[in-house]
Amino acid sequence: MTEIYLIAVDGSSASHRALSYTIDRAKAADAKVVLAHVLEWSPYSFLTKEELEERHARRLQEVVRAETMILGPMQKTLSEHGLAADCVVRYGHVAETLCDIAKECDATQIVVGRMGQSGLTARLFGSVAGSLAQVAPVPCTIVP
Amino acid sequence: MTRYGIAAILALLTAAPAQANIGETIDGVFSAATGWFVALIFANLPGTSIPWIVGWLVIGAVVFSLYFGFIQFRAFRHALDLVRGKYSNPKDAGEVSHFQALATALSGTVGLGNIAGVAVAVSIGGAGATFWMILAGILGMATKFTECTLGVKYRNEYADGTVSGGPMYYLEKGFRERGLPLGKFMAVLFSIFCVLGALGGGNMFQANQAASQVQSVLGVPAWVTGLVLSGIVFVVIIGGIKSIARVTEKVVPIMGIGYLGVGLLILIANADMILWAVGEIFRGAFTDSGIVGGIVGAIIQGFRRAAFSNEAGIGSAAIAHSAVRTNEPITEGFVSLLEPLIDTVIVCTMTALVIIITQQLMIDAETGRYILNDAGGVATVGNVAPGVPLTSAAFGSVFGWAPYALSVAVILFAFSTVITWSYYGMKGWTYLFGEGKSKELVFKVMFCFFVFVGAVSSLGSVLDFSDAALFAMGVVNVIGLYLLMPIVKRELDSYMHRLKSGQIKAYK
Repeated sequence: MTEIYLIAVDGSSASHRALSYTIDRAKAADAKVVLAHVLEWSPYSFLTKEELEERHARRLQEVVRAETMILGPMQKTLSEHGLAADCVVRYGHVAETLCDIAKECDATQIVVGRMGQSGLTARLFGSVAGSLAQVAPVPCTIVP
Repeated sequence: MTRYGIAAILALLTAAPAQANIGETIDGVFSAATGWFVALIFANLPGTSIPWIVGWLVIGAVVFSLYFGFIQFRAFRHALDLVRGKYSNPKDAGEVSHFQALATALSGTVGLGNIAGVAVAVSIGGAGATFWMILAGILGMATKFTECTLGVKYRNEYADGTVSGGPMYYLEKGFRERGLPLGKFMAVLFSIFCVLGALGGGNMFQANQAASQVQSVLGVPAWVTGLVLSGIVFVVIIGGIKSIARVTEKVVPIMGIGYLGVGLLILIANADMILWAVGEIFRGAFTDSGIVGGIVGAIIQGFRRAAFSNEAGIGSAAIAHSAVRTNEPITEGFVSLLEPLIDTVIVCTMTALVIIITQQLMIDAETGRYILNDAGGVATVGNVAPGVPLTSAAFGSVFGWAPYALSVAVILFAFSTVITWSYYGMKGWTYLFGEGKSKELVFKVMFCFFVFVGAVSSLGSVLDFSDAALFAMGVVNVIGLYLLMPIVKRELDSYMHRLKSGQIKAYK
C-alpha cells in the first residue's frame, strides 16, 4: 500500500518546515504527497450587500492566488526532489476540512507545521495544529 | 483654532431655535412637492374610504399563496433545511450561502418598520391591526417566494464574477422570454420608483425616526442628528469607508436578537396578561373597538405596516437575495419565504404585544373602547407620539434602561437600513443611467441630502411619501409577478419532482 502524506500549508514559515520535513520521509517511503490549503470560512457569517455581490469573484481570485503563490512554488520544490504532488484548495473550518480532505484522498498521515503561538491567543483561538492533533482520522505529525 | 471651533459650535447652538423654523420650511416645501404623488397612490376606491393600494399587495399575496398551493406551509421545513446548509455542496464552501443571503436581506428589512411602524399601526388602528398585520405577513411569504426565485433566475452575471439582480432584470428578461411587450418599460418604471423608495422609506423615514428618538431621550435637536447621520452615510457611501458598514452588518443581527430577547422578558414577566392581549387583538380585528374607521381602519393599518415592514411584493428582497450561489433559483425562493415570517410574524408581533400588554393605549374603562386624541389616533399614556417614542415608552415602563438601549438600537437599525437602501437605490439608478463614477456620485450626494431632510421633516409627510414610494414599487413589481408566475411554477414542479425522486440529495 502506498503511503500518502497530506501536508497542510498556508504559506507561512511553519508550513515550509513541514514541507522540508516531509520531503526526506516521502522520498524514503516512496510516498505520494498531497498539498492542502484551507481558507477559513463560515457559511453563517454576516456579509454586507457589496460583499455578497462580489463573493463569487473574490473566491475565484483567492483560489488562483492560493494556487500560484502558495501551492505552485511548493509543488515545484517537490518535483525538484522527484516527488509528484496533488494540490487541494478548500474553504471551511480549517481543521475539520483538513480531516475531510485526508479521508477523501486516503491519506496515511497528516503533516502540519506549528506556528508556536503561546499564551492568550492560543488559549482563546486554539491552533490548527492543536485541533488537528485532537480530531485527525490518521496519524498526525506536528513539525515545530 | 480650537477657540474658533468652540465659537462656531456655540453660534450654531444659539441658532438652534431658528433651525426649527427651517425644519418647518423644509417640511412645507417637501409636503407641497410630494402631495400629488401621495394622493395618487393612496386614492380611495370609488365610492369607498378604502385606499386601493392597501388591497393591492394583499390580493397579490393571496393569489400567489393559492397559485403555489400555500407554498409557505408546504416548503417551510425544506426552507429551514436549506438555510442549515443540508443541501449545500461542501465543494461550494466559500460562496455565498443561503444563510448569508437571508441574513443580509433580513438586516435590511428588520429595522424601524418593526419598532416604529408597528407602534404607528396600533396607535391608529388599535390592537386589532396586529391581527391583520400577521395575516398579511403570512400571506406575504408566498410573494417573497415568487419574487426572489425570479430575482435569482434572471440576475446578470458579469465576466468578472460579480452578480446583479432584481425586478428590473426579471421584468426585462422574463417578459422577453415569455414574448410579452413593455418589459423594458416596466423595468425602467420600477427603477424610478426604486430610487424614490430608497429616498423615502429607505432613507427619510429612518432618519426621521432616529432623530425623533434621540430628541425625546437625549434632548438632541433633530437637525443635529440629521447632520451627523447624513455625515456618516456620506463617509460610508461616498468616502468608501466600508469598515463602518461592515461593523453595522455584524452588530445589527445581534441587536435584533437582543430586541427580541428583551421583548420576550417583558412577555414572560406579564405572562398572565398574554391571553388578555391576544383577546384584545382578536376583539379589535373583528369588532369596532372605537378607532377611526372601525374594523376597516384596523385592516388598513395592519396591511400597510406589514407591507412596509417585510417589503413582500415591493421587489427589494429580489435585489438582496440574488447574490446567492445556487444552480436552483427556486431554493433561494424557499429560503426567502422565511423573511416575512421572522420580520412580521415574529418581530413585529413582539412589538405589538409589548405595547398592548404594557397598556400604553388608553381604553375607556366603562365602554372598553379606545379613547381617541385630537389627531384621530388612540390616546396614549403620557401622550407620547406614535412611532418609536410609543415603543420606547412601552419598553421603558418595564425596564427603566430600555429607552436608552432602544435609542442605540434605533440609530443602528436606521443606519443599516439607510445603507441597505442606498444600495437598492443605486441598483435602480445604475439601471436607469448606467454605471459610472460621476453618475453614481450624483445619486449618492442626493441620498445624503435626503437623510437630513428626513430628519428635520415631520413624521406625517415623511411617512406618507415613504409609503407611497414603496407601494409604487409594489404596483409595478406585482404586475410583473402575475405575468411571470408560470415560470416560477415550472421551476417549482421540476424541483419538487427531483426532490421526491432523490435526484436532489442532501449532503448532511
